[in-house]
Amino acid sequence: MEIILAGIKQALCLLISFDPEVLAITWLSLKVSGIATLISLFIGIGIGAAVALASFPGRQIVVSVINTGMALPPVVVGLFVTIFLWRNGPFGYLEILYTPTAIIIAQAIISTPIIMGITLAALQQLPRKLRLQILALGATRLQMVWLLIKEARLSLMAAVMAGFGGVISEVGASIMVGGNIKGYTRVLTTATVMETSRGNFDLAISLGVILLLFAFAINLVLTRIQQRERPR
Amino acid sequence: MNDKAILEARDIQVRRGGRPILDVASLDIAAGEVLSVIGPNGAGKTTLLQALSSLLRLDRGEIRFQGARIGADMAPLDYRRQLAMVFQEALLFDTTVAANVAAGLRLRGADSGEAKRIVAAKLEQLGIGALHDRSAKTLSGGEAQRTSLARAFAIGPQILFLDEPFAALDPPTRESLIEDLGRILRESGATAVMATHDQGEALRLSDRIAVMHEGRIVQIGSPTEVMNHPVCEFVAAFVGVETILAGRVVKCGRGTVTVALDPNGGKGASSAAVGNPMSSSPSPGTEAPAGGVPGHAAAALPPAVAGGETTAFPPAILLEAAGEVGEGERVLCCIRPEHVTVAPGLRHPRTSARNIFPAAIDRIIPLGPFYKVCLDGDLPLSAYVTVQSLEELALRPGLTVTASFKAASVHLIRRG
Repeated sequence: MEIILAGIKQALCLLISFDPEVLAITWLSLKVSGIATLISLFIGIGIGAAVALASFPGRQIVVSVINTGMALPPVVVGLFVTIFLWRNGPFGYLEILYTPTAIIIAQAIISTPIIMGITLAALQQLPRKLRLQILALGATRLQMVWLLIKEARLSLMAAVMAGFGGVISEVGASIMVGGNIKGYTRVLTTATVMETSRGNFDLAISLGVILLLFAFAINLVLTRIQQRERPR
Repeated sequence: MNDKAILEARDIQVRRGGRPILDVASLDIAAGEVLSVIGPNGAGKTTLLQALSSLLRLDRGEIRFQGARIGADMAPLDYRRQLAMVFQEALLFDTTVAANVAAGLRLRGADSGEAKRIVAAKLEQLGIGALHDRSAKTLSGGEAQRTSLARAFAIGPQILFLDEPFAALDPPTRESLIEDLGRILRESGATAVMATHDQGEALRLSDRIAVMHEGRIVQIGSPTEVMNHPVCEFVAAFVGVETILAGRVVKCGRGTVTVALDPNGGKGASSAAVGNPMSSSPSPGTEAPAGGVPGHAAAALPPAVAGGETTAFPPAILLEAAGEVGEGERVLCCIRPEHVTVAPGLRHPRTSARNIFPAAIDRIIPLGPFYKVCLDGDLPLSAYVTVQSLEELALRPGLTVTASFKAASVHLIRRG
């Protein structure tokens, strides 16, 4: 119990004192996970909408693959991204392994199926005739998709939350493709793992608290928007 | 091309699972016309509307709007921008009422000021001006459907498609909305095609009615024509003809014919027509009124011929009907309940009706402003009576009555 209290005390001290190393780690975590979520949003919403609105042979298999992807283990993603970016791998010439870019790629791969799956479910929940209604109002196909996405915006906000929450808290892939290099690829989760293994529980707890605070703050903002949009 | 037609469909077919779910040889819709498409669930009404509005891919045939062939001379999007559609569900966007009504205008890139002016005008026209800033998700069913109609009218459509727009509403709301829609359609002179399974709606709003069955239009014509002169048994049954009897014309007069009902055409029982000199002996307990019924066929009934031998035919019930049908032709006799009158007792009613039958009241079913009296007699008749008539005549189940209807009230359908 003492360790926990000491950790929380230490965390507060680090936060209040604006410790440069902690700030750098926090900033990198937000940047990497934010960019990864943004990339996932474009790909996930795009493909999710296409699968939701199209009918083609093998669609059910595609939906099953997307749903399976929502539970993709980060370490498996880390493994394959490492292999692909390895010096002798297919994309080894890019020389981006153990860089923040590699972490962004891995995190985007993790969150894309999550956003895709939620988008798919959200659009499928809209009344089928709404598409016909939008077309009958004189919309082009693109306008129709945009209006449907707008209609499903509350569910899509949940997709953003799930996607961001999934990547900012994952550690397996980040440590495998980023290497936890101090001042370069060290993010909140990898730093927490390292400090825990070293027995620096106070620092590990303080990093964990910061991680929780950020996850909470971002979700709070999105939840407030979502609740404001909900009809009373 | 039909010069008056704004929309023409030729030989259109839509198939699902290898079988046609819509198969319409020809349909013209005139500018300013209100056409109702009626039929039971699954008849193809919605499919027809979606095909006509280019929301559905045709497997065969063509649709022309103002002479231009959709998909060839005119892009489907350009065509869809000339029309509006209202569905059974209001299908509003999760935004304000005003933004919903402006949706079609925005998609067309309308000027913001102009859009605001049109939206305000349409909201007032539909009686929902006060809902301008309300969230669409908080509206009642009636308010939501009014918003949907305002959204449709806001774009000034050349054709308005209405797919059972009142089906999900409660009766008072539906009543007021039908009233308002009828007024707006009359005022605007809009062309409209409305799918409904409610004949009342169709009768009140339409210039023509098309009856659909199994993906085909089986009859199209004015409301009076369709209601009173159905072309087949299906249409007759669907438009509310409750008594449909098979028979054969045994005598032709001037504008009228006498029909001998098939033994099972009525109820298969021997005839007991009150005052009908040609019918067999009256049922026990019935009393033929003095004078009988003038003009009933006097010829003996034709004997049935079976296996080359003449056998005795059970005495047939005779009906007198107005129509130009040849002697010996097989027909269906259609009698609507609103054309049947009932009088207590077995007195010959003071009426010019040529068909008079004794019966007992089997059931009395309340239908809101009137009652349906189901009769148990030689013919399976039913009649509508007002609440006042029911009380004044003291009609009740078991009471012996005399049912009568005019020859002109019997519509004949030729059988093949």
